[in-house]
Amino acid sequence: MTNPTTTGVPETLPAASPPVSQPPHPLVEFWYHFRQNKGAMAGLAVILLIAVVALFADVVAPHDPNIQYRDAILVPPVWQEGGRWAFLLGTDDIGRDMLSRLIFGARLSMMIGLIVVTLSLAVGLALGMIAGFFGGVTDALVMRFMDILLSLPSLLLAVVVAAILGPGLVNAMLAVSIVVIPHYARLTRAAVMAETNKDYVVASRVAGAGPLRLMLVVILPNCVAPLIVQATLGFSTAILDAAALGFLGLGAQPPTPEWGTMLASSLQFLQRAPWVVTWPGVAILVTVLAFNLLGDGLRDALDPKLKR
Amino acid sequence: MLRFILTRVSLVIPTFLGVTFLTFLLIRLVPGDPIEVRVGERGIPPERLLELRHELGLDRPLWHQFLDYIGGVLQGDLGVSLVTRNSVFSEFVTLFPATLELAALAMLFATVVGLPAGIIAAVRRGSIFDHGVMGISLTGYSMPIFWWGLLLILFFSVGLGWTPVSGRLDLLYYVEPVTGFMLIDTLMAGEYGAFWSALHHLILPMIVLGTVPLAVVARMTRSAMLEVLGEDYIRTAKAKGLAGKRVIGLHALRNALIPVVTVIGLQVGTLLGGAILTETIFSWPGVGKWLIESINRRDYPALQGGVLLIATTVMTVNLLVDVLYGVLNPRIRHSR
Repeated sequence: MTNPTTTGVPETLPAASPPVSQPPHPLVEFWYHFRQNKGAMAGLAVILLIAVVALFADVVAPHDPNIQYRDAILVPPVWQEGGRWAFLLGTDDIGRDMLSRLIFGARLSMMIGLIVVTLSLAVGLALGMIAGFFGGVTDALVMRFMDILLSLPSLLLAVVVAAILGPGLVNAMLAVSIVVIPHYARLTRAAVMAETNKDYVVASRVAGAGPLRLMLVVILPNCVAPLIVQATLGFSTAILDAAALGFLGLGAQPPTPEWGTMLASSLQFLQRAPWVVTWPGVAILVTVLAFNLLGDGLRDALDPKLKR
Repeated sequence: MLRFILTRVSLVIPTFLGVTFLTFLLIRLVPGDPIEVRVGERGIPPERLLELRHELGLDRPLWHQFLDYIGGVLQGDLGVSLVTRNSVFSEFVTLFPATLELAALAMLFATVVGLPAGIIAAVRRGSIFDHGVMGISLTGYSMPIFWWGLLLILFFSVGLGWTPVSGRLDLLYYVEPVTGFMLIDTLMAGEYGAFWSALHHLILPMIVLGTVPLAVVARMTRSAMLEVLGEDYIRTAKAKGLAGKRVIGLHALRNALIPVVTVIGLQVGTLLGGAILTETIFSWPGVGKWLIESINRRDYPALQGGVLLIATTVMTVNLLVDVLYGVLNPRIRHSR
């Protein structure tokens, strides 16, 4: 509506036309849906807390995770008889502070999650895009290979890869990354195939965009939502599987304070000192649960169609 | 119908060949020569090494070796365990029933608990029960089952003394394995005491291994039921004045079951993977524990054969589910 600028009309006159209501920014809309999900908010809060603790582990942890206090072997948590304030959650069989080890373990687990998700997402995304975009023989080759990986139970495959590479934290991360690649590849391929024949892609193609530009700039941004959800859930898989490998002796090696490894190395004290086994498990469960809650919440908020 | 089944089967063959190739590579990817690995620290004179290499066909080109391997696999020859000198195939077959028994009971447990829980949660959507079931199943889904097993042992075996800590059967009993399934063998032998003992030994491992599938089944049942309950034919059934139970049990459940059955079929992989951890914790003499022991003893032929056989099992079950799905649902059969 154009304002007639006649001289007699005061400038202040009408804001008569109501402001055109714009749809909210996608991020705002997303946050609006996400905020309503109490579980997801709780998950996010726990993850932020763990991330902060992991980041500042050196400051937060009351003790060095590897110092052995010879006078404080298998001290119970502070609220049990014989507990000491110096060791809030007790100590393990060679007198190391449980709380400090858990805190440094949080750093390891977050790092495992981050590295595994980054690696597997990058490879899976690339494979899925190539398969979905080019189709035909390329697609068949890539996806049959993914089928082969998927036909093995994920933990078994991780165990085998770790056995080939040899035990260790880095190899365990590699093993878990390889195992989850097919999930990202399939998801990306499906999303890419759904988008490739839409008008806006055809338009860019006609305008002369090359395959790389089409894949990365035109199509990719429209496939991101399911990948974000899968990546979040991927954190929990990564942490869980790496801990399982640690527990089986194929992951991080003692004295690394990785949660699964901690559990395995204190197994024989299960009866005498249940806390050495309880805490690492609680830490794994809480972290994995938080990521699963967050992932579920993200899925609901990003794709309202799936909300049930 | 036959054509549908044949198509499905033919799709699995390349995957099977691929898995075979992967396991074939496995033993060659492990650092060290297979023979040197086999003879261990003692070492071996060079001329004997060449002889052995020739005997085992390791001096032939790789593709030739692979064809030999496939030929062996198709005849059930998966090599010989380095430790026990037994055929890998026969070792696997001896141990597999223990894993199968455990996995079957775990799945039974997951279904018997998860299905009703999911149905009630869907019917009472938004209730405390619904929130409870969803909360518990997400927790179960996030559970590190190796820790969960330890907690259960600590509480029920050590604390209350209700269940044994490990193994399949009390040492008091010996039952000649016929089927390899302890519950069936003890009953066939008429040893009811042994049957109870076997059942006691099964309870905790069954719960541990069934926890993740239970969570998956409960969640899947709930969401499938919710979807079906919103359909027109359910409204029609209710409008006709049918009793609520009949509508839910007959009209809704039957349609909701299709995705649930698929999910149950797909849990086979989870079960066999989880068996590695569960069997290790409970000293359950199945293939999962055997695989981990093979890794620790560097018994690579056993690992190789075991992996191939487990992958084959998973593929076969997935194929069966796929075919069954087509049999149950004609739309799938004709759409592809």
